[in-house]
Amino acid sequence: MSIRGKAFIAGVYEHPLREATGKTVPQLHAEVAKGALEDAGLTKDDIDAYYCAGDVPGLGPLNQAEYMGLNLRQFDSTEVGGSSYVAHVNHAAQAIAMGHCKVALITLAGRPRADAKEKYFVRPGGGPPADYAFEAPFRPVVTNMYGMAAMRHMHEYGTTSEQLAWVKVAASHHAQHNEHAMLRNVVTVEDVLNSPMISDPLHRLDCCVMSDGGGAVIVVAPEIAAQLKRPSVKVLGAGEAVKHLNGGKVDLTFSGARWSGPKAFEEAGVSQADIKYASIYDSFTITVVETLEDLGFCAKGDGGKFVADGNLISGVGKLPFNTDGGGLCNNHPTDRGGITKVIEAVRQVRGEAHPKVQVPNCNIALAHGTGGLLGSRMGSATLIIGGEDA
Amino acid sequence: MSDLTANNEAGKNRPSKVKVPRVNDETKGFWAATGEGKLLVKHCNSCGENHFYPRTFCPFCFSDDTEYLETAGRGTIYTYSVMRRAKEPWAIAYVTLDEGPTMMTNLIDCDFDKLEIGQPVKVAFIDTGEGTAVPFFAPA
Repeated sequence: MSIRGKAFIAGVYEHPLREATGKTVPQLHAEVAKGALEDAGLTKDDIDAYYCAGDVPGLGPLNQAEYMGLNLRQFDSTEVGGSSYVAHVNHAAQAIAMGHCKVALITLAGRPRADAKEKYFVRPGGGPPADYAFEAPFRPVVTNMYGMAAMRHMHEYGTTSEQLAWVKVAASHHAQHNEHAMLRNVVTVEDVLNSPMISDPLHRLDCCVMSDGGGAVIVVAPEIAAQLKRPSVKVLGAGEAVKHLNGGKVDLTFSGARWSGPKAFEEAGVSQADIKYASIYDSFTITVVETLEDLGFCAKGDGGKFVADGNLISGVGKLPFNTDGGGLCNNHPTDRGGITKVIEAVRQVRGEAHPKVQVPNCNIALAHGTGGLLGSRMGSATLIIGGEDA
Repeated sequence: MSDLTANNEAGKNRPSKVKVPRVNDETKGFWAATGEGKLLVKHCNSCGENHFYPRTFCPFCFSDDTEYLETAGRGTIYTYSVMRRAKEPWAIAYVTLDEGPTMMTNLIDCDFDKLEIGQPVKVAFIDTGEGTAVPFFAPA
């Protein structure tokens, strides 16, 4: 597999200004995007992949995709200074060669001269994102942003606090076997409901822990894997999506998993019924409920019923999840739990999870990450992995 | 505030300080209007859609032929969440304006325990003292 002949540069545009007084950084990115689209004879809605570096304010593709109204299947914010955009062409070509996307947009823009003239200090990253001024005055801390999603999900689908609590209960059943877990006590639905209310309707035990730590993953070519002694785990499929506030057409009852999930399942050639174990990002209990619906493990709105009565507990329910105790009980290193989701899924496929929570014959597993906020904009990534013969 | 109903408890649960957003070239029109008590959204002359937060480019059709539209400052609560674990609890919310777009805000002048999704609300600006005001909402 090579990118040779698999990808073409179809449009380019260089911004004519050399001092962009009167324009914002997100606006400049949109202007060069528009120019390149016009050069190519394409429209904004043709774009399904976006590549940018640290000159985009905020969390790169999240904030700029929202500004431009992009719906993405692939994104990358590799930041390696001025070389970023050349690397982005390579990354985009790889993604296109693999069939992960068809039209990739790469942008660079900024206004250091205008900023200097206006004596406005801008940290690397171009200052606050365009949405900042319209949100910061209202104090969106993480908890209340997930709380708003939970409130709306309850309103539309009748989801209850008891149902949300079952997610924490299941995680605690798993964490009791993990000697490294921060919270190893098994809790009940009542324990969750009796814990202090943090931000309606989320109680303290609906929230993940805060922890230090981290993790790492090594991905290798098949010929390397064949030479190694440890059980290797096959990457079967993956999907990515950005979900945002869509210009004010807001719907907080679903996550980006609605788009990243189907792509991953299609590439892996498996269905929900084939998944023996799932690592589901559990920043809060509501995150798990919405994600399971969006990944198709149950119908939209049925997530509360799906997680109730121990359905996520290994050895008890139909879909064992987060058998390390997850973010709710084990850890959430530097407020970003994505890598621990991959790690526990690998342990399950290798058959190396704790014996009390190991899923028998776990030949196919799923790991899903949610970055950002369920209550505004998020990056969603789904990964499906399997054993040697998957 | 003479037209507030019993549901509205004027002066209750107002923030003790209001952060001043940094006004930039793309949104100075919006913030200047807040100083005059006007809540604006952006309207696209190409596709006819209204959007929020306001930007030069329409996020629906990518036209840059957009202009401000003054709203009536009224809408309904799409969702909310009261931050209880704070010295001064506050109610973050999304309000769906009668003109279409849904925007983030805080609900003030109200009893937090009487809030409901779907409840009618209207804008209640709090002055920053710098020629701008922050658009909070109160029960209508």
